[in-house]
Amino acid sequence: MVRMMSAFGVPYFLAVFAVTAVVGLVTSWVDRKVTARVQARVGPPWFQPFADFVKLLGKETLVPEGSRQKGFLVAPLLALVGVSLGAAALVSGGVLGKEGFIGDIVVVLYLLTIPSAALILGAASTGNPMASVGASREMKLILAYELPFLIVVLTAVYKAQAGFMIDKIVDYQAQNGAFIWSISGVIGFIVAILCIQGKLGLVPFDAPEAEQELMGGVLTEYSGVPLALFKLSKAMMLSVLTVFLAVIFFGGMQFKGIDILWSILKYLVPVVLVVLIRNTNPRLRIDQIMKLFWGPLTVLALIALLLARFNL
Amino acid sequence: MSVKMWGLKKSPWVYHVALSPCNNCDIEILDLLTPRFDVERFGIKLVGSPRHADALLVTGSVNRHVLPRFVELYKQTAKPCVVFAIGSCGLSSTMFRDNYNIVGPIDKVVRQIDPNAIIAYVPGCPPKPEAMISGVVKALSVL
Repeated sequence: MVRMMSAFGVPYFLAVFAVTAVVGLVTSWVDRKVTARVQARVGPPWFQPFADFVKLLGKETLVPEGSRQKGFLVAPLLALVGVSLGAAALVSGGVLGKEGFIGDIVVVLYLLTIPSAALILGAASTGNPMASVGASREMKLILAYELPFLIVVLTAVYKAQAGFMIDKIVDYQAQNGAFIWSISGVIGFIVAILCIQGKLGLVPFDAPEAEQELMGGVLTEYSGVPLALFKLSKAMMLSVLTVFLAVIFFGGMQFKGIDILWSILKYLVPVVLVVLIRNTNPRLRIDQIMKLFWGPLTVLALIALLLARFNL
Repeated sequence: MSVKMWGLKKSPWVYHVALSPCNNCDIEILDLLTPRFDVERFGIKLVGSPRHADALLVTGSVNRHVLPRFVELYKQTAKPCVVFAIGSCGLSSTMFRDNYNIVGPIDKVVRQIDPNAIIAYVPGCPPKPEAMISGVVKALSVL
């Protein structure tokens, strides 16, 4: 990470942050628009997420009585920093095709867990009972989805036979075809998209934020700028995780000639899939989520790993 | 028009506050949020916590039992926010005005907490969802 920082410099990080933020907000509009069309509505205009963000920046920031103030205010920043660094590490190998370092995919995985950890930290420091129930559920959710997700990533790493390096995985797919065109790739993709659903906290795995029972759960006490930062980091997570999926299954993203259209397709198909899953499923209880992730999905991920062993 | 005001006008998130109503206004508010009227076109979204809200949709006339809760709730709302008094009860307490447990109409109560509060009135018993949309549009145009 440090070597990458010195190699690329601060402007690179700022540029990745800005682009990811804009792309993430536009993607969250795609999410809301598709949701609206599924429900036979017109849906919000394209600038809606930007208006929400600007509005929240202009609102008053209330710090609840009895909360741990520093933890409460630092948590949203931590989430934003985690997802931006994760995006920077992912984009250099996966999109720009720069040479990475050994283990950069592991670094990305860890950095993309920070927003969830920050959510737990922030929710636990509010002292609100709804938020603490949400925080405990978020904790269980992380434990649940990380196991199958890591096995799926391991499958992609094993198929590429190139160590834990993002650019090697992309190179291998450029020469031998994307992993999605193999049986283990398809199984891995199904598991990964459900894990991403959980990572983003969307229905059916939105138990930590359950609007109907927990009034917004982990975010109950947040208002103004901290809420805006959490919403932004969530939108950025949506775009970063989609790019991550494109890297390990679709052979990364290239921005040269006709590849631009392919890259946009690689980006939009998982997003729309995630939104459709979100709109056609009811919320699961937290114990059902654990059972689903540690049971069938882990078994599926292990089958994918086994098939990868036999080059399927 | 400042950027801040633009954001507020384009994305008013609403929180539904029921202060001892007869439930008719609440049913109409729920109708307002259905796909038929699709208020998300204007960025209006129902939120679960007053901390996230920009507009409080208040129904019913305030009685002594709910008054302390409402005061607390108004203080918890992040400012700037707009209070919508929805339905005749909220506007004037109608036939309940001489009741022993009624404190007063919504605007009176809100002014006691915050003299500079922005209050919009939507009359009707209950008001139609169209009337509420019209009320929201008028309130946002004077901001």
